[in-house]
Amino acid sequence: MATQETTLHPADADDRPQQQDYVWTLNFGPQHPATHTTLRLVLLLDGERVLDAVPDIGYLHSGFEKIGEHLDYNQYVTVTDRMNYISPMANNVAWHESVERLLGIELTPRCKYIRTIIAELARISDHLLCNGAVGLDTGAFTYFLYAFYQREVLYDIFETLCGARFTNSYTRTGGVMYDMTPLVVEKIRTFLKTFPKTLDDMDRLLNRNRIFVDRTRGVGILTREEAINRSASGPIARASGVARDLRKDEPYLAYADFDFKVCCAQSGDCYARYLVRMAEMRESLKIVAQALENLPSGPVNVDIGERTALPTKNQVYKTIEGTISHFELVMSNRGFEVPHEESYAAIESPNGELGFYLAGDGTHAAYRARCRPPSYIHFSLFPALIRGHTLSDVVAVLGSLNIIAAELDR
Amino acid sequence: MIQPETIAAFLAAFPAAVHSEFRGQTRVVVPVGSLIEALTFLKNKRKFDLLVDVTAVDYLNYRDADHRYGLVYLLAAVDTSERITVRTFVDDPTPTVPSVVPLWEGANWMEREVWDMFGIRFEGHPDLRRILLPEEFTAHPLRKDYPLQGRGERHNFPVLHRAEG
Repeated sequence: MATQETTLHPADADDRPQQQDYVWTLNFGPQHPATHTTLRLVLLLDGERVLDAVPDIGYLHSGFEKIGEHLDYNQYVTVTDRMNYISPMANNVAWHESVERLLGIELTPRCKYIRTIIAELARISDHLLCNGAVGLDTGAFTYFLYAFYQREVLYDIFETLCGARFTNSYTRTGGVMYDMTPLVVEKIRTFLKTFPKTLDDMDRLLNRNRIFVDRTRGVGILTREEAINRSASGPIARASGVARDLRKDEPYLAYADFDFKVCCAQSGDCYARYLVRMAEMRESLKIVAQALENLPSGPVNVDIGERTALPTKNQVYKTIEGTISHFELVMSNRGFEVPHEESYAAIESPNGELGFYLAGDGTHAAYRARCRPPSYIHFSLFPALIRGHTLSDVVAVLGSLNIIAAELDR
Repeated sequence: MIQPETIAAFLAAFPAAVHSEFRGQTRVVVPVGSLIEALTFLKNKRKFDLLVDVTAVDYLNYRDADHRYGLVYLLAAVDTSERITVRTFVDDPTPTVPSVVPLWEGANWMEREVWDMFGIRFEGHPDLRRILLPEEFTAHPLRKDYPLQGRGERHNFPVLHRAEG
């Protein structure tokens, strides 16, 4: 793989490909159906072969980290929804994982299980979209519809759980917004029963499809050394043979209780990334099934006496402790007891390691809320992956990296 | 999570480093002069082969802060799952740190983002341009003296009409 540096304005450009007159420049995006979201690539082409790709990002930059310094720890969860909007539940879990690390809050067992379940459902939803879109871009439209139908089922589950389909904002400091009702459990159980059949269908549709395999196998190869050197994480690193999964390596929430495998591949091409995501969906199903079977009873939120979780509306309206606790937490001059400290916590989000580096300064809002966005880090791999391939491979590589521009630019 | 011998070896090699623990996380503060040596030591001798993130904090209004900017390097070891946070401090008027791109290719965009948002220069970076904001932007918005709603950049944004284009 070429490790040569990508520059728009190189100092001595005499031997650069731009200077050769058969090379032409193609502007790919920011508005293009195959980029899926608003991102732009400047491609240098020799015929159909890509000599170089220069990503130009920032079209969706909306200052999320700056906003994080002004919204309080519960308000900011609505902003995290809008980062990777394909799996907002996972972002919510990541944000509050970091906040609770900083504040030193220990969750109830039921809350840990519920968060694990929704994070895994979010993973399935994310992988369905990513693989569906790779299929769509390489010409498999039917496959995309199979994937999208199941995402619809997941949206229904999330809607039953918290009332919102797309931007869930489900977690709260020290707990979640609503407890899981029997209806939600029933819907998830139905999903667990019906989804494997769709997954089998999807496997049969694409895994040995000649067109798909030809367009993805051997394309965009990321070696193990490069994956580590360029900070790749999640399914992209695992497809290159980096056996790193935070769910196993640093078990957070309730992952230590479950039996599941870390899915890896060796070849590191688009096809391997596709297969890793397919396999991870099956592992996620196993985790959700085990978590539902063993879902602990008891309270879902941290006790209101500890002044860390918002009390329920019932408690606020009917008990004096609830009213006091609510006011203590929502008034901007009171709020949580935040240490003058900095901490980092990350989860294995569907896309890779999603973490937040928080600096607390004792006030209601974080002093610094840095998001470690996997899409941003993975997009910087793109020029190295696409060099030497053809123009039609651009969409396959882009799809298999699962770049979500809202998370890329924040 | 970090092995005690790892941190002991690090402190033996860099006696000037300040070591602290918070909620199970190990942090070390090193002077900016020995930053590259410290990161090289951790990468080559202690197997911290993964650079998780590079970010910065502006300590302008922070209680008891001695320096203006703090650089944060989050490292992890793929094989042993150890983690360590390395921090260093720089000050105005020209905050500059050496770039770690020679050590990790992945630092390229992370350092560009820190330059874009905080205006901290990375010496030896191969391509230190703005990344998220347009080239003609003059401020560094994640600094604490930059207002949340901006300084009117949005109002004064040049509009290109079809006739001029």
